[in-house]
Amino acid sequence: MVFFQNLINALQWGSFYALIALGYSMVYSILMLFNFAHGDIFMVGAYIGFGVATALVALTAMGNFALPGWLVLALTILISMFLTSFVGMFVERVGYRPLRDAPRASAAITGLMIGIILETGNLILLGAQRISFPSLIETSTYQLGGVVVTNKKIMIVLVSIALSFALHQFIRRTRWGMAMRAMAFDYAVVPLMGVPLNRIAALTFAIGSGLAAVAGILFGVAYPVLDPYMGILVGWKAFVAAILGGRGSVVGATLAGFLLGFIEMFVPMVFPSTFRDLIAYSIILLILVFRPHGFFGEPYSARLRL
Amino acid sequence: MKKFVFAAAIISIFAACLGVCAYAKGPDVIRIGVNAPLTGDIPKVGEGTKYAAQMWLKEVNAAGGIEVGGRKYKVELVIEDNEAKAESAVKATTKLITEEDVLAIVGPQASKQAIPAGGIANELGTPMISPWSTNPDTTKDRPFVFRGCFLDPFQGPVVANFVKSEFGFTKAAVLYDVASDYPKGLAEFFKKAWEGLNGAGSVVAYESFTTKDADFSSQLTKIINSGAQFLFTPQYYNEVALIVQQVRQLGWKKPIVGSDSWGSAETVKLCGKDCYGSFFSTHYAAAGAKGATREFIDRYQKAYGYVPDDVAALTWDSVRIVKQAVQNCGKLTGDMKTDRKCVRDAMAKIREFDGITGKMTFTEEGDPIKCAVIVRISDKGEFEFYKSVCP
Repeated sequence: MVFFQNLINALQWGSFYALIALGYSMVYSILMLFNFAHGDIFMVGAYIGFGVATALVALTAMGNFALPGWLVLALTILISMFLTSFVGMFVERVGYRPLRDAPRASAAITGLMIGIILETGNLILLGAQRISFPSLIETSTYQLGGVVVTNKKIMIVLVSIALSFALHQFIRRTRWGMAMRAMAFDYAVVPLMGVPLNRIAALTFAIGSGLAAVAGILFGVAYPVLDPYMGILVGWKAFVAAILGGRGSVVGATLAGFLLGFIEMFVPMVFPSTFRDLIAYSIILLILVFRPHGFFGEPYSARLRL
Repeated sequence: MKKFVFAAAIISIFAACLGVCAYAKGPDVIRIGVNAPLTGDIPKVGEGTKYAAQMWLKEVNAAGGIEVGGRKYKVELVIEDNEAKAESAVKATTKLITEEDVLAIVGPQASKQAIPAGGIANELGTPMISPWSTNPDTTKDRPFVFRGCFLDPFQGPVVANFVKSEFGFTKAAVLYDVASDYPKGLAEFFKKAWEGLNGAGSVVAYESFTTKDADFSSQLTKIINSGAQFLFTPQYYNEVALIVQQVRQLGWKKPIVGSDSWGSAETVKLCGKDCYGSFFSTHYAAAGAKGATREFIDRYQKAYGYVPDDVAALTWDSVRIVKQAVQNCGKLTGDMKTDRKCVRDAMAKIREFDGITGKMTFTEEGDPIKCAVIVRISDKGEFEFYKSVCP
């Protein structure tokens, strides 16, 4: 029973890592850079989601139409994805495009700085007060033979798996997806064949940020206390998941995200919880020693210019 | 040309800063430093500190200032943000002492910041009083450091005894942040007291996490399956909301007990209905207060629009202890070193103080002996006085 309970918890926790890891992985595969601001885009997404949800709830309260909670949540997710993707494109335009030919280390540092700007900007804008994410849907709890599941947990896991699947299909089946795959193959040569690098880069950032926004909103649904620094730790760990999954692999990033969730949940089951992260990340280090390119990555070390 | 403009811009920024930063210090002014977590993990604590200190400042200056040795001195507050970080608290304390020339410092509040900051204040010979830090290490072997609240070696047994006598439980679970001084210390004191009451092994789950964690479900699953009869979690308000909601969602219906860090005005706002019916130990209960305490609550609520939490009340007591000490000092020479020593000696000589959080008697260490209050979060989300526990 304890095992299944932890399994359920791990699926929820891994969902966030998976969604955020996708953004890291895509940007990395196409532009060969680690977008270290991605964790903070996740935070911005959560805050935008908070704003949209509050506005929608206020509109529902004022107007004559009554939207059910799940519809408000769905609208919140869609609108926030849209808005946050512009934040991502803006970050790309301002932070990364001017540095496209600069050494990769400079771009990585830019990412860290953009992250700090987003955090402290939010701090100035909204103050240091914790924000409580509105509870849009009632929590209903189901008992299945000793294992407790809530409707929120099921929703979070389903949404994240569905989105990863949709992204996978997008990259496999559409022309834009093909352009992205080509760019990942060689981003110096492919633009010579008429694929617009800037547009593909912007698209990549938009998709990654949209997914981060979904993660942010779902995070707010599950852990309804938002603060400007909430993205740092989750962002780092999702970055680990992206590397573990293998460069540019949607399937890999998703699976590695869930794997990370599982390891973090199951370590305290056996060991004292004080050692959770120590043991969890030692395991991941071991995996990387034996599979340095992650699970689904190809050996591209010659191109790694960082 | 471009370089020149750039350099000129930088120089002008510095010049502008100098103009603002280095304003002249008027004569007959006493400067008091406030070291508070205005941003970071516990901003509500910083806000309460700031508001209480500013309210006190207004009152003192309206009365013409503090009278020392027949002369009236106006008071200035220098408020520094410590971002709820240990290293920033040390920086803020150093800045207050070496650059801002403060006579005494109020804060930091949380033990995580107060313990390292207290070391610096003691080394640099400046009296510091932490209104809210309950960890014994804050004042231990530091003649210049004082506090305005009871200690964790007292609070731990208070909670343990309360649960024992109220519910008659024998098995406890503890969940605490291993990376923060206050929860870690208090969890240990509680464990010791509980095992003293119920024998070794009566704390059936002793689980931890680290600051910034948001998901506690693996620890909580372990706690639920340990057979514990209640959960004790000495955490700050932002974590309380997450822990309590998650444990309730995992189907746990048994009591949850907290400590004085729960007493923030934000706790119920963030946690909602899930926290109703929980108990915690704290310094004072706003509901049903009388006399000077009532007067303070009313004034604070009128000025800032909400009922002050324990941090605000303790800060109010602490700034008044500082005022008392400055007055008792008797003579200010203008030499920072002598004056600080004089205020420190005067503060150490205060034996009894009648504060709004209760009567205090100070020990040799600079720690007050005072009563604790057990508060229940009512079904309306208010902090309800439940019981008073005195040493």
